Amino acid sequence: MLAFVLRRLFQAILVMLVVALVSFSLFRFVGDPISVMVGQEATQEDRERMRQELGLDQPFPVQFAAYVGRIVQGEFGISYRVGRPVIDLILERLPATLELAFCAAIFALVFGVGFGVFTALRRARFSSKAIMTFSLIGVSLPTFLIGIGLIYLFSVELKWLPSFGRGQVTDLGFWTTGFLTLSGLKSMVLPAITLGLFQMTLIMRLVRSEMLEVLRTDYIKFARARGLSDRAVHFGHALKNTLIPVITIMGIKLGSLVAFAIITETVFQWPGVGFLFIASVQSVDIPLMATYLLLVALFFVTINLIVDMLYFIVDPRLKSGVALARH
Amino acid sequence: MTETSEALLEVRDLVVEFPTRRGILRAVDQISFSLMPGEVLGLVGESGAGKSLTGTALIGLLEPPGRIASGTVRLKGQQINGLPPEELRKIRGRRIGMVFQDPLTSLNPLYRVGEQLIETIRTHLPLSEAEARQRAVDLLMEVGIPAAERRLDSYPHEFSGGMRQRVVIALALAAEPELVIADEPTTALDVSVQAQIIAVLKRLCREKNTAVILITHDMGVIAETADRVAVMYAGRIVEIGPVRDVIKSPRHPYTKGLMGSIPDPEAEAERLIQIPGSMPRLTHIPKGCAFNPRCGFANDQCRTERPPVRAVGKGSVACFLDEAQLTALSLEARR
Amino acid sequence: MRDTPTALPRVSLQQKLFRLWDSDIAYSFRQSPVTMAAGFVVLLILIGAVFAPLLATQNPFDPSGLNLMDGKTAPMAVNEFTQNSYLLGTDDQGRDILSTILYGSRASLLVGFAAVGLAMLIGVTLGLIAGYRGGIVDSIIMRIADIQLTFPSILVAMLIFGVFRGVLPVQSHATLAVPVLILAIGFSDWPQYARTVRGVTMVERNKEYVQAARVIGLAPLTIMIRHVLPNVLGPVLVIGTLGLALAIIAEATLSYLGVGVPPTQPSLGTLIRVGQEYIASGEWWILFFPSLTLLALALSVNLLGDWLRDALNPKLR
Repeated sequence: MLAFVLRRLFQAILVMLVVALVSFSLFRFVGDPISVMVGQEATQEDRERMRQELGLDQPFPVQFAAYVGRIVQGEFGISYRVGRPVIDLILERLPATLELAFCAAIFALVFGVGFGVFTALRRARFSSKAIMTFSLIGVSLPTFLIGIGLIYLFSVELKWLPSFGRGQVTDLGFWTTGFLTLSGLKSMVLPAITLGLFQMTLIMRLVRSEMLEVLRTDYIKFARARGLSDRAVHFGHALKNTLIPVITIMGIKLGSLVAFAIITETVFQWPGVGFLFIASVQSVDIPLMATYLLLVALFFVTINLIVDMLYFIVDPRLKSGVALARH
Repeated sequence: MTETSEALLEVRDLVVEFPTRRGILRAVDQISFSLMPGEVLGLVGESGAGKSLTGTALIGLLEPPGRIASGTVRLKGQQINGLPPEELRKIRGRRIGMVFQDPLTSLNPLYRVGEQLIETIRTHLPLSEAEARQRAVDLLMEVGIPAAERRLDSYPHEFSGGMRQRVVIALALAAEPELVIADEPTTALDVSVQAQIIAVLKRLCREKNTAVILITHDMGVIAETADRVAVMYAGRIVEIGPVRDVIKSPRHPYTKGLMGSIPDPEAEAERLIQIPGSMPRLTHIPKGCAFNPRCGFANDQCRTERPPVRAVGKGSVACFLDEAQLTALSLEARR
Repeated sequence: MRDTPTALPRVSLQQKLFRLWDSDIAYSFRQSPVTMAAGFVVLLILIGAVFAPLLATQNPFDPSGLNLMDGKTAPMAVNEFTQNSYLLGTDDQGRDILSTILYGSRASLLVGFAAVGLAMLIGVTLGLIAGYRGGIVDSIIMRIADIQLTFPSILVAMLIFGVFRGVLPVQSHATLAVPVLILAIGFSDWPQYARTVRGVTMVERNKEYVQAARVIGLAPLTIMIRHVLPNVLGPVLVIGTLGLALAIIAEATLSYLGVGVPPTQPSLGTLIRVGQEYIASGEWWILFFPSLTLLALALSVNLLGDWLRDALNPKLR
């Protein structure tokens, strides 16, 4: 177990280093950091001094090491566009994005697994076929069109829910939350559905096909032959076995929600990190882009680690070190 | 078949069909047999003969679109095919237990053996968690698993194949059913443990007076275990009778071939022993007797009419050949 | 065959294509009304896009041809000032929506096809190399693919887009937007092709006829093009079709987000971005028709891809 964790941790660090290399290359080679920092009227000497101060005359590996060192200490540079530390800008907006991604993940997970199980168990039902057709359209729909469609229906026509922003938020000092006010909760509904819908259809199709697979296995047949109730067979035995292989994929899918939030945040003018990232791409704000990249990578790597651990906990075969052919 | 209503299980003209694009396939075709309490019936035949489907049909576990098209299955006189699913479920495990072929895949890998036992016991018997646990320990001991108390908390993958099949047997017997259907219970196991598993099954069923339908293609197992044997070919029972009679003096040409008689210098017998060709696919079952294209004795009647099941001695056989010919055949086989 | 003494189980590409067309493919196409409808929609939009300058009643992005008085005319309605009527209405600048859609599809499809072509080129090449060479080359290529696959391709495309904007001079941003977009989407989508092609290549490489070709000293490039490439065509075609839908959606998304093509040369995504301003003001057609076109296009291409996958039935994973 410990060896497994350490190996995964090592892999995670390796991925983070590669991403850091990309993000450092952005800094180093896209645009000239000196002219951005010292301004147009600086003399050649000023520039040279700056270059030395920043260590830009050092060999590449040394510079990279220094960069990684700064990152570890939480120094991510100053935004070209706003002139404030990038990390502050991101931390201010992170709660909005994380709350959105969290709600979307819950939505995608609950309905994805629910519909997946339903369509697997009631394959012949008309409602199952309707859900499957709907999911095919869902995969083809660009996220922003879903958002626009929902805004048109629920905000413009029905006027039930707000079409943009987070509503009223509560400042907890280290975190701003929209969960404590009615307008905050109402504002969450449409963006969360928009963000989660695509992942929901993917999870649903995954769960359905895996469940159909499990329902054909001998141990399910044997469970039925022992006279266990349908409930026990379906939800006690089949569901648990279904969920294990899909945990990994679901974890990755849900992790990508943070990145997909860029689109949703733009549609709903949601004051999150993705919105900030789009602005930074438009204005080529390299420190912000690089930091966002690191942040998303960290998020993915963490989720992958958690998923691996989870895997270990739910599947007893892994604990005893039995090598499994299918993994 | 002369058994009366004291029979535990009575199957009459059972037909199992699969509707497919190319028409309806008959996988089990009008089979009849009965079973007395505590009796062990062997069901033999090549793979694809319909043995396993018969087993799953009896406990109502046919996979759709497969279905029982006609016939009756009676358990102590009560018709059980066509019962509502919930009623049928209460019979499964409680009155009819089932053991499948592959112990490696029969147990849910994610649950401890004890959990699966206790779950089964409590589904059928009004026992408390603690009582069910005690019963689970007893069951594991009965099937010969050492340190049963401790092994309760092991996962299936922590057992060897033979031990797992013992667990499967314990699960099948958990609620003391009157009948156990064992579908090739030793096929997937090492030869060295096959005999042990059969011995366990035999001992427990004798102790508890449980009847057994033993589905297998292994005549050796049948000879050692069964009281009576039914031979299936292309979905039909071609011969049924006391095990000694069927083995020593098989009456149906197919059975004779199956018993692997001593090679005979005469051409006819030679062909018979090898059984040329293979069992027909369900889509191409010949007219008349299903065995006629491979039978060395087939005549025109065999090719047009389906032979009726006739009582011969203590058993019965589905063949047109008269008793004199059959006796001659069996004499030849014994020589 | 000339230079290979062994009897190779190989058929010419033409024969293969003919067999493909003659066999189940054409049949299954005719058997599926949904697929035929999807094919029709794609063909319709394709023709409209290619012949946009001929079909459109005006060039909507040439300001001299526009009349502001025509602005916000509803579909099929007669404008009260100019007495003009437009099938799908006009936007606030007086542009004919149908014409903007024709030109918009042109940009969307151009970027889509070019990006898929680029991704295919990179992915197939790297996949062939990785699968054929194996060893360290394979490890490096596939690790890069793995890491890139961890990130949603839309994010990768945005990053690449941002990098290009940083590298290129500001005044060229508008004119180079389309090529940059193609590069960004193309570079973000290659790993899928590489993975599949690598898998097929590794299988083919170990087959006897390839071994034989190696023994007699055919150059790796020849072996790859002659023997391995034909085997990957099927799967690559399927991924390419599904990838086209993804590329069109990616382009629309980037343009919608404002990091794609500029409003002077809009694609469907840009049109939707502009149209969203009218979502609450009653001029629904400005938003509705471009959205409908995008949806129809993406859905149809996806359906075609799904059908193609089932018809060719390659081992996709």
